Amino acid sequence: MNGGAMLEVEGLVTFYGRAQILFDLALEVAEGEVLVLMGRNGAGKSTTLKSIMGLVRPAAGSVRFRGRELTGLPPFRIARSGVGYVPEERRIFAELTVEENLEVGRREAPPGKEPWTPSRLYALFPNLAELRRRRADRISGGEQQMLAIARTLMGNPELLLLDEPSEGLAPVIVDQMVAALTGLRQHGVSILLSEQNLHFAGRIAERACIIEKGQIRWRGTMQALLADEEVRRAYLSV
Amino acid sequence: MDPGFFVVQFLNGLATASFLFMASAGLTIVFGVTRIVNFAHGSFYMLGAYLAYTLAGIFMDAAYGAMSFWGAIFLAAVIVGLLGILLELVVLRRIYDAPELFQLLATFAVVLIVQDLVRMTWGGEDLLGPRAPGLKSFVLVAGRRFPEYELAMIFAGPLVLGALWLLFHRTRFGVLVRAATLDREMVGALGVNQALLFTGVLFLGAFLAGLAGALQLPREPANPYMDVNIIVEAFVVTVIGGMGSVTGAFLAALLIGELQAFGILVFPKITLVLAFLVMAVVLIVRPYGLLGRPQAESHGAARAGAGLAAGTPLQRGFWLALLALLLVLPLFADEYSLKLMIELLIFGLFAFSLNFIMGWGGIVSFGHAAYFGLGAYGAALLVHHFAWPMEGALLAAPLVAGTAALVFGALCVRLSGVYLAMLTLAFAQIVYAVAFQWVEFTGGDNGLIGIWPASWAASRTVYYYLTLAVSLAGIGLLWRFLYAPFGYSSRAVRDSAIRADAIGIDPRYQRWLAFTVSGIAAGLGGGLYVFSKGNIDPEVLAIPTSVDALTMVLIGGVETVTGPLAGAALLTLLKDFVMPLTLYWKMVMGVLILGMVLAFPKGLVGILADRLPALQARPAERERPA
Ligand SMILES: Nc1ncnc2c1ncn2[C@@H]1O[C@H](COP(=O)(O)OP(=O)(O)O)[C@@H](O)[C@H]1O
Ligand SMILES: [Mg+2]
Repeated sequence: MNGGAMLEVEGLVTFYGRAQILFDLALEVAEGEVLVLMGRNGAGKSTTLKSIMGLVRPAAGSVRFRGRELTGLPPFRIARSGVGYVPEERRIFAELTVEENLEVGRREAPPGKEPWTPSRLYALFPNLAELRRRRADRISGGEQQMLAIARTLMGNPELLLLDEPSEGLAPVIVDQMVAALTGLRQHGVSILLSEQNLHFAGRIAERACIIEKGQIRWRGTMQALLADEEVRRAYLSV
Repeated sequence: MDPGFFVVQFLNGLATASFLFMASAGLTIVFGVTRIVNFAHGSFYMLGAYLAYTLAGIFMDAAYGAMSFWGAIFLAAVIVGLLGILLELVVLRRIYDAPELFQLLATFAVVLIVQDLVRMTWGGEDLLGPRAPGLKSFVLVAGRRFPEYELAMIFAGPLVLGALWLLFHRTRFGVLVRAATLDREMVGALGVNQALLFTGVLFLGAFLAGLAGALQLPREPANPYMDVNIIVEAFVVTVIGGMGSVTGAFLAALLIGELQAFGILVFPKITLVLAFLVMAVVLIVRPYGLLGRPQAESHGAARAGAGLAAGTPLQRGFWLALLALLLVLPLFADEYSLKLMIELLIFGLFAFSLNFIMGWGGIVSFGHAAYFGLGAYGAALLVHHFAWPMEGALLAAPLVAGTAALVFGALCVRLSGVYLAMLTLAFAQIVYAVAFQWVEFTGGDNGLIGIWPASWAASRTVYYYLTLAVSLAGIGLLWRFLYAPFGYSSRAVRDSAIRADAIGIDPRYQRWLAFTVSGIAAGLGGGLYVFSKGNIDPEVLAIPTSVDALTMVLIGGVETVTGPLAGAALLTLLKDFVMPLTLYWKMVMGVLILGMVLAFPKGLVGILADRLPALQARPAERERPA
């Protein structure tokens, strides 16, 4: 897998204040794949994604994207190098319309790639199409989640960091989300997904890592994880 | 009464509102995005007026006709906008993540620098600008004359509001600004270079301030006081409207404009107080202003605090030596040095009391002058009107200040961060306005004179010892408080309100107590101050006094216990040294403060403590914010 990896994370150590959250964490995402990072609440999934994005500054370790060192860069540089981030809390701009939220995320596509446009995104997330003039705090939670993803896609990322997109969503919406994310893969977007919902993860990811207390404890294919009840009982509260 | 009078008064209110809005819009926009309360906004306004004066003179000489007037105004605003960019690049960019105190002081330092630059360039006299061509006459409104220019200006405010609305809703820059006001970290994570965005926002903010100042020129001459006057009003407007909200600022400007127009009929005596009273009421009812929203996590008054000096033998030796030196000082010091030392001790106590709530309670007070000044006025009024002896007046001073702190504090500690700082400023301005306008009781602008010590303390040496004893006692008591359980819990409250809550301390109550104790100590300093001077005037209550105290704390280092004393000593000596040397001492002070904020955010004692392990304090039991 080495050499071919798109994102390489090594020896990541992150603190909040004096509390160490990540301990020498390592993971890799290959070109075009969906890797799911699974773990219980408080295991360090969000912290991992924030550390990659530069939103918290790791004390040690390195993050390389396409061979380029990202460690220590400000978040906007990391975003511009092709990494998109969708936070767990969504953080949509509540007082802006759906359309304006998309506008904030807009950036030029790398040469030769077809850029995401609002209309292409409305095709991917049909619910958003009728809501474009609506203020973002007046749409449902599921729609906000879709907006958060669409907004990040407007920056034409090649790798998407997705933090628990299925959290708190109704089953119908989860189905739509699976469809949209599957659609994304076909567009060649790689995804690092953080999840607690094994069922949801099983529908999109092909490989999984399990994180506990800030360390990767298990890695393997999604099939292997679904087959291994012991691992699931040890690390996931299913 | 004549209805025409009311109509004209109403129109006057609208014109005032228009100007207030234009002067405040930039401030609120800049705050919304950068989270910095920019004192220098007033300087931009003043520069707009002066530049328009000069440019109009040049253009009119060149006889460009009516365009010369409007061209001068526009060009002045653009130049001021460019100065805004300069401010962003040179100063603000370095302090976005600094604690609020540093930001406030840094931009106030710019105010000082600009004041002297303006005096150097344009002199100190009022400069009356040209009248607007085509708008020099009057119109008849309900049978009364109303100036055409004022009428035009009534439309200028809404016009600016409309233009801003278009900018914020129809351009990418505007959408990014609105997004950044809501969540600037997320905007960065989406790939937007905040630095560029902030530079653009500073241009916009300064441009608006410059425009307001330039448009003001035909109504009132350009003068060197307009910066502080307008910034105080603009603060009121933005705070009432909700900081960061342009529409809120517009509503607040309307409210204040009409209130001033009609308030003057009802309460001619307390016009100055009125605006601040409204602000206080609004903040109490709606802590984030009319259209504001809760602030994102603030940086707090101080970052990781060093613990309390544990008192190593070396430190104790140092303090004893210093005390001995202070005790024998009158043996060889002359009158003048003694006078200086008295001042130094008093300001040491004052700065210490401020640091007490700031460094240790997490409350940034931008109006600590109120308590110092109330102590001074309390003592002076008792002597002047009721012929109290010095001893009684000195005892009453801390009580007067403490009572005010008890009352104001109850309201202030409900807020945090910038809103708290602005509310403390508002209360200080209310007290200032009362002292200024209640001429019969306080002597107004002239103040009170002949407030001398009792005959036994009349000699400079005796008064020095009195000051030494009282201020050291005051400092000692505050110090005790820091060590007592109260001090620990107070620091717990500063460090984490949630955690303090969890261990059973009511954070509000603690902060309130800290505020009151601090007010008492400041009042004690004020009492000593008035008897050392023999007179008192409202200046002691004004913003510069509060800023002096903040500067002292800053020079010394917020994170240290003894820092404020060192800071008070340094600032007092520095002023004494610099003031006689140059007419432009404000500029010198401004440059020094700015240099200090940018270069040594830990202050003097902080630097020393880093270098000298002997002075080093025990590390605090708290987490550093990531
Ligand atoms: N801002 C923060 N400050 C301090 N501790 C935090 C902060 N955010 C998260 N934590 C702690 O870090 C640990 C990991 O959190 P997180 O990465 O959010 O886990 P997950 O996303 O897997 O639920 C938890 O123990 C959490 O309490
Ligand atoms: Mg999480």
